[in-house]
Amino acid sequence: MLYGEDIAVLPPYKRPVNTVFQSYALFPHMTVAQNIGFGLEMQGKPKAEIDARVAEMLKLVRMEPMKDRKTSQISGGQQQRVALARALAPKPKVLLLDEPLSALDYKLRKDMQIELKRLQTETGITFIFVTHDQEEALTMSDRIAVMSKGKILQVGSPHDIYDRPAVRFVADFIGETNFLSGAVKSSAKGISKVKLDCGPEIAATADDGLKSQGKVTVVIRPEHSNLCALKQGHIKGVLENAVYFGTDTHYHVKLDDGTHFMVRQQNEGGSGQNGFKVGAAVGISIDEGTARILRD
Amino acid sequence: MMDAPLSPAALVAAENDKAVSRRSRFLTLPALAIVFVFGVLPLVLICIYSFLKPYQNGGVLWQFSTDAYLNFLFQRDIFDDTLQFAPDFLIIYGRSIWYALFTTVVCLLLGFPTAYFMATRPPEQRNWWVLLITIPFWSNLLVRTVAIMFIIRDEGLINDALIYFHIIDKPIVMLYTDFAIILGLLYSFLPFMILPLYSSLEKMDFRLVEAGYDLYASRWQVLKRIIIPLAKPGIVAGSLLVFIPALGAYVPPLILGGGRHLMIGDLIAQQFGSGRNWPLGSAQALILMAAVLVALYFYSRNEAGPVKHG
Repeated sequence: MLYGEDIAVLPPYKRPVNTVFQSYALFPHMTVAQNIGFGLEMQGKPKAEIDARVAEMLKLVRMEPMKDRKTSQISGGQQQRVALARALAPKPKVLLLDEPLSALDYKLRKDMQIELKRLQTETGITFIFVTHDQEEALTMSDRIAVMSKGKILQVGSPHDIYDRPAVRFVADFIGETNFLSGAVKSSAKGISKVKLDCGPEIAATADDGLKSQGKVTVVIRPEHSNLCALKQGHIKGVLENAVYFGTDTHYHVKLDDGTHFMVRQQNEGGSGQNGFKVGAAVGISIDEGTARILRD
Repeated sequence: MMDAPLSPAALVAAENDKAVSRRSRFLTLPALAIVFVFGVLPLVLICIYSFLKPYQNGGVLWQFSTDAYLNFLFQRDIFDDTLQFAPDFLIIYGRSIWYALFTTVVCLLLGFPTAYFMATRPPEQRNWWVLLITIPFWSNLLVRTVAIMFIIRDEGLINDALIYFHIIDKPIVMLYTDFAIILGLLYSFLPFMILPLYSSLEKMDFRLVEAGYDLYASRWQVLKRIIIPLAKPGIVAGSLLVFIPALGAYVPPLILGGGRHLMIGDLIAQQFGSGRNWPLGSAQALILMAAVLVALYFYSRNEAGPVKHG
């Protein structure tokens, strides 16, 4: 259904939807301008209108100097922009982007992400952006649908998806997460006391309607926890490894029941590791309100 | 390292490179020799023959003459020795060009869907289809043409079957007609159209077709604007591979045309055989070659800027 019209029954060439293909699929026997004008030409638009729209599109994607080049004579990023312009030229109601940035190198991808955002705002067209890059999904979207095996598992804002994952797959797929199993002891006002399998009892929030009894899984994002002195932590374990990432350090801690827990902590200058030694027993403090009970 | 003289190892390597290139040039000699002896030399010979006089029992008299070229268009009157315009050879040339063109067009119309079908099969199936297309090459053209004769003659398979089922009373005359010759030409040259078309289409990125549909092109527009332009190298190669040999075809018109509808190939063969006029045959062969070269020249000029892939 699109704007109240069932388009699944229409053949592809009658749907008001255009696609940016993963491989771009630019026509090698046409120039940049001919590629961009192809959709309009197929719709039977008058030549003057096509020329005007092509010029507008060339300007939008900043490819004016290249308009008479063959598509084999421009770089990958430029091909990407031509593919975008070609798909946008017929003013589709919805633009599908099938992993459009996966063929670009990191730096170019970052530039194109910003470019895409700009184009989306300027044209006001709905973009449906397929990606396997969770970071890309989080930074570019207004709404995310996480799919697995052909089913939509959760639809929501990037915030919702990241901070309030509904199911284990979503929590695991988007970003890094710690899963701790335990049993609910008591609940009140959406806050449950959970006795973790590794020993201690912690507070975790649960969505309405979630079971507040029996065995549950608690998720804690690595950046919502901090290493601390053994006695101050909510949970404890042995520091197994510390991986330095520049802006922050990832601490891999083995809990008493054998579960691995990762803590991501910002570096505070000085010598890395913030004074924690591998092999030492450490405590982990969890930011208030960040532990969540998951629907399994 | 940069300023230092070349190390002994580098010198040896450079020597080796030179030796290799000398040796590889040497290795091309046998092929060059074959091309020269069997390609260039006969052409020169034909060229010379066409300006000589025929010897009574075949062969040539070593006397300069342009009679062969004059005889191509004119006939010398037996009584008053004047030249009269005789279009017989021109008619045969015209017919040959018409047959060859018709064959090329029909081969293209039949071959394109076939090649498209082959190119859109799963990759592991495609080689089987190519193999099927090449099966006719496993047996001799003459044998296959005689087989066609047995199928289409008055008492042949088709007529016998039609009469047996009382669909017709009298056999349909097919053998020794234009139809028979063109059938023979089509049959002989269709694979030469399909294979280059297939290799062009197989290389094509079918995601472009999908992109065409996505941009509102109908099936016909996708064919006209995307598939055909991308298959153009194959169309050009296939057309040349069919047209040129069809123009000089010898076996199909001889066997299926029954000598009544001569084509250029048979005409030339006649001059060297029963005609015993080698200079005329040589001139006819050269005129054919010149015609093909001129046609190719204009063809390539009109097709300015062939489509490049990728």
